[in-house]
Order: sequence, then C-alpha cells, then structure tokens
Amino acid sequence: MSTQVTEQEQAEAEEESTHQRRRLAEKAERQEVRDRMRERAETDLERADTVFDLKVFRYDPDIPEKEDPRFDTFPVPFTKGMTVLDALMYARDHYDSSLTFRHSCRQAVCGSDALFVNGTQHLGCKTQVVDLGDSEGVPGQIRVEPLPHQEVVKDLVVDMEHFYDQMDAVEPYFDADELPSGELEEQRQTRENREKIKMSARCIWCGACMSSCNIAAGDNEYLGPAAINKAYKFAMDDREGENRKQERLEIIEQEHGVWRCQTQFSCTEVCPKDIPLTEHIQELKREAVKNNLKFW
Amino acid sequence: MSQSYDRGLVEDFGRWREFSAGMWAWIFHKFTGWVLIGYLFTHIAVLSTATVGTTAYTNTISGLESLLVVRFLEVGLLAVAVFHILNGLRLLFVDLGVGLEAQDKSFYASLVLTGAIVVASVPTFLAGAI
Repeated sequence: MSTQVTEQEQAEAEEESTHQRRRLAEKAERQEVRDRMRERAETDLERADTVFDLKVFRYDPDIPEKEDPRFDTFPVPFTKGMTVLDALMYARDHYDSSLTFRHSCRQAVCGSDALFVNGTQHLGCKTQVVDLGDSEGVPGQIRVEPLPHQEVVKDLVVDMEHFYDQMDAVEPYFDADELPSGELEEQRQTRENREKIKMSARCIWCGACMSSCNIAAGDNEYLGPAAINKAYKFAMDDREGENRKQERLEIIEQEHGVWRCQTQFSCTEVCPKDIPLTEHIQELKREAVKNNLKFW
Repeated sequence: MSQSYDRGLVEDFGRWREFSAGMWAWIFHKFTGWVLIGYLFTHIAVLSTATVGTTAYTNTISGLESLLVVRFLEVGLLAVAVFHILNGLRLLFVDLGVGLEAQDKSFYASLVLTGAIVVASVPTFLAGAI
C-alpha cells in the first residue's frame, strides 16, 4: 500500500516536473523572442534616418505595479507611410507585448482604433505620423492616450458600453411603415434621397465625436453626435414612411436629444469620416420645430 | 472587467491651446452673455436709485462719467455687446443651416468686426475724460 502511494506520488512529481520544465522552456523561449525583438529594434534605430518618441498612456488594474496610470515612452524608427497605429504595433512587437489597444481592419472601416493623439481624437490607422509634425515632417514626440470621457479598461482600451447604449437608444435599424407586397420586390430609394443621407451613412461607430463633445461629457443622458447622426440617417430616409418618422422625431426631440447640442463643432472637426455632424443635428432641430409648430 | 479608470475631465479646459474656432466661439458667447446679464442688473440697481428727480439723475450720470474707469468699462461693455450680437447672428445662420462649412471664418469675422467697431468707438467714449 505504502509503496503504491509513493509510486503514485513519484509519478505525480515526475509529471509535475515535466510540466514545470515545459513551462520554463516556454518562458525562456518567450524571453528569447523578446530579447531578439529588442535587439532588432536597436538595429532598426541605428539604421533609421528618423526616430520619434511614442509616448503612450499606460494603465493596468490587474497588476499592482501598473495600477497607477503613467506614460511610457518608446523610441520608434520612422518609415515612410507610417501611421500612428503602425507605430503602436511597432512598440508592442519590439518593446512591450503587454501594450494593449484595439485595432482590426487598419483601413478606417472598422472604427476600433479611435485614440486621443496629441490632444485630438484621431483614428490611429488613418493618421499619418508625418501629418502630426510641423512643416519639417516627423514630430519629435507623439502622445497617444485613450479617448477622453470614457472609462479606461486597460492602456488605450476604453469602455464603449455607454456609447453603444446611446446608439441603440435611437433604434438604429431600417423599419418601414409598409413592406412591398411582392416577395422579391425591392424597396428602392430615389437618387436624391440617397444623396441626402449619404454622409450620415458613413459612420463607423468609432466614438471620436462623442469623446470630443463637451456637452456629452457633462450630460451622460445626452444622445451625442453619433447617435443623433444615426437617427438622422433613418428619419431622413423617405422609404420608412410618415408614422415611423414621427416616432423617430419623438426620440430625438426629447430633453436630452438634439436640443443639448450647442454647436461647438467639436464633433464635426474630429470625425474621421468627415460627416457634417453639426449640420445633421441642426437639420433635425429644424425638423423637430416644424413638427411641433403648426400655424393652422 | 475588474476595474476601470476614470480620467475625469482630461482634454476639457486644460487643453485650451488646442481649442478650435467653434469651441472658442462657444466660450466667448457664454462669457459675454453672463457679462451682459451682470451689466443688466447693475444698470437697473444704479439707475433705479437715481430716478428720484432730474437733478439726482444728472448728478449720478455725470458723477459716473467723470470717472476714467467707467469710461473704459463702457468700451469693454460695447466690445462684449457687439461680439455677442455678431456671434448671435452667426449662430442664427448655423441654426438655419446656412454656411456651416464657413462657421470658423464667420467667427473670425465677428472677432475682427468687433475689434474694428471698438477701436472706432474709443474717441467717442473717452472724449473729455483724458
């Protein structure tokens, strides 16, 4: 009996040590990769004509030493056509694999990498490093922070929940009063009507506008530019019909709807898709007035 | 998500150097609006004590006008009122959806026009005081 136990224990111990060895080996391998990447960065930096400092906001609530927000600076060798997202990826791959940020398509379509770059909301993938400098080209330092007015989850990742709630509040889906009778019949839109809502349809839900809005920062219930723009897209769509438009106007003309906008034009300035947000909000204000003021 | 960090009012007024035209227009409009409200109440308070008779009224007015600081304050009041009016017109156009792509230019125009009107008014306001 006793020998059995010892054998079992021995087997367990052996198994554990194999695990342990594998873990250590993996760890050593990772360390090696890290060292290699850092060495490569050193050669890159030596060879590069231009190097700039990428100053990144860091915060990680799960690790005690990283609980206090701080800035880390990474030297990045400039290459032609480099975007802020490229620079972040370079820093992550060569210096610190724990550097966290959202990105996906890298071509200003997915809207996941809206960041606060040098004090303004930008899409990381759409912002050329050279464009941030003065006439002499590449700036000496680029400061990248998470979007303001949103809670930071980790490093450059912010909590988008509130933004999505506001988007959902305007019922952002096509919902016509009447459906066409024929099964395969299309719901055609006139060219003029399409032109009218064309710009509003470009929204990629990146949240840059909401983050730049002073009013949205102070009033959490305010729908915000993105949601109102989304409401505009459907309220102005002729195919939906009068009843649905009426319902949509009732949503946007609430106390915390269009009337909170004070035309600071901050959202319009930062929108990476150049949507004339203020113009759309103002047009909905006029629609709301027309809807309520009747002189007959 | 275990925890998150609220960065509070980063950007807001700490980054005033990076404000765009529309933001400045908003700040100046609020500021001049409050100044005008403040002036309105002072105006009512001062003049209501002076309406007891014609001499009292004249004495109050000439007493005030003899002070150099009052003359300068009048120039300031004109500046504030003119800017508020011009930017108010700009906002009217913004509300009507006219020329939104030129909103920054119209802000600069209202600033320049305010400056010009104020400078032109200085001889009138300060005549006899200096």
